[in-house]
Amino acid sequence: MNSGEGMTISKTLRRSLFAVMGALVLGGCASTSNDPRDPWEGYNRAMYSFNEGVDKTVFKPLATGYDEVAPLPVKVTIGNFFGNIEDVWTGLNNLLQGKGGDGMSDLGRVLINSTLGIFGVFDVATEMGIEKHDEDLGQTLAVWGVGDGPYFVVPFFGPRTLRDAAALPADLYGNSWAQPADIAARNSATGLKLVHTRATLLGADRAASQGSLDKYVYIRDFYLQQRRYEVYDGQPPRERFDDARAPAAEQYAIHAIEADGVAVGAMRLELAGLTGSRP
Amino acid sequence: MRDLSEMKMFGRNTLMAALIWLASMAAWAAPSPDALVRTVMNEVLEIVRTDEAIQSGDASRAAGLVDEKVLPHFDFRVMTSLAVGRDWRQATPAQRDRLVEAFRTLLVRTYSNALTQYRDQQIDFKPLRAKPADTDVTVRTEVRQPGAKAIEIDYALEKQGDNWKVYDVVVAGVSLVTNYRSSFSNEIRSGGIEGLIKALEAKNAGLTGNAK
Repeated sequence: MNSGEGMTISKTLRRSLFAVMGALVLGGCASTSNDPRDPWEGYNRAMYSFNEGVDKTVFKPLATGYDEVAPLPVKVTIGNFFGNIEDVWTGLNNLLQGKGGDGMSDLGRVLINSTLGIFGVFDVATEMGIEKHDEDLGQTLAVWGVGDGPYFVVPFFGPRTLRDAAALPADLYGNSWAQPADIAARNSATGLKLVHTRATLLGADRAASQGSLDKYVYIRDFYLQQRRYEVYDGQPPRERFDDARAPAAEQYAIHAIEADGVAVGAMRLELAGLTGSRP
Repeated sequence: MRDLSEMKMFGRNTLMAALIWLASMAAWAAPSPDALVRTVMNEVLEIVRTDEAIQSGDASRAAGLVDEKVLPHFDFRVMTSLAVGRDWRQATPAQRDRLVEAFRTLLVRTYSNALTQYRDQQIDFKPLRAKPADTDVTVRTEVRQPGAKAIEIDYALEKQGDNWKVYDVVVAGVSLVTNYRSSFSNEIRSGGIEGLIKALEAKNAGLTGNAK
């Protein structure tokens, strides 16, 4: 990295710190929120705009370039490689949630893909019918009874619930435990992972921009619905929607369910917030 | 005498058989919801596979395909009423029509683009878990793609007369219809039903673009 790049990055960081502080002040004053899940909407909107700005200037252009240049087999290989490292963390969390079978099958995936799949480059385990799961510490805490807490947009990382934001440092570490010792190589690997992840969200980002009246709200609700689905391992209790055909009441049926102390939550991809979207 | 009663028996059995046959024909005429989803999807994807314009990102062509093959099986009125929620009751019939039209345009424009992204992903249909008498079912599918976790896509269908109509699509746990609830109710709170209609129509006209 040359000094020019160093400058830009530290400048970006400094600017981001200002934005964070500004947002906190704003959040303190603004009480515009009318959604019980999002009491900090003032702050969250400010941080969301900041993240969108960073994404627009840095990550989205890189991801678009990567998406155009890299052929599909290359992208699949990169996805498999990072996915294999993440399967370890997924497996540990399944064990922590008391799902021994799933946890062992995740660790079995790692064993198979690291050997037969040549360091995770090929996802042989999926071909063999061993399903890939999606777990993290935030979900484990939810299973242990920790409530969601308010919706919280994390600088750079985007949508979370407060619980999942608290679990974020451990999740980041758990998903990147296998790192090259060489610092330059480590930075390249992290950068590649970020860009790859962002590229997988390009379509979702387009849909969120084209299809929403208010992109912030669209992404927030998308995230909270999806997180709920993840916490319940894809089988959330069915929500009863009040609609035109049913008697009035329970406009916040969703919230009532969440208030049970079970979780809703955060998008699993670290970059999702920068992009602000999902497929 | 014996012959006559045998004749009667024969007649009754034939009648029963005919009735059963008719009943099964009726059942066959109205395809089961999972068969409907499967047929429509296979038909559409077969077209996408051979249509280079769609594959290279021709959005209006994709929208045309969706319009012709997919939309007849959707009930946008139910979808819109679900997205609007209880405020639907205070909308006049004329407002309801405009809401349905505007929401339909927005959804079709946004999501028919997804067809241009289709690259031979494999779609698995899961067995339907429903009783024959059910009038509201969920058809579950899973899109498998290399290098990533499979994505579940569920279709909620409701029986209307002899036909099944889709009223919601749920992608990885996110309902594409109810995801609009908060923003719709925000618009209604600040500008009434009329405000929501204007916001949708403006979005469709591309006037607001990325304003928000």
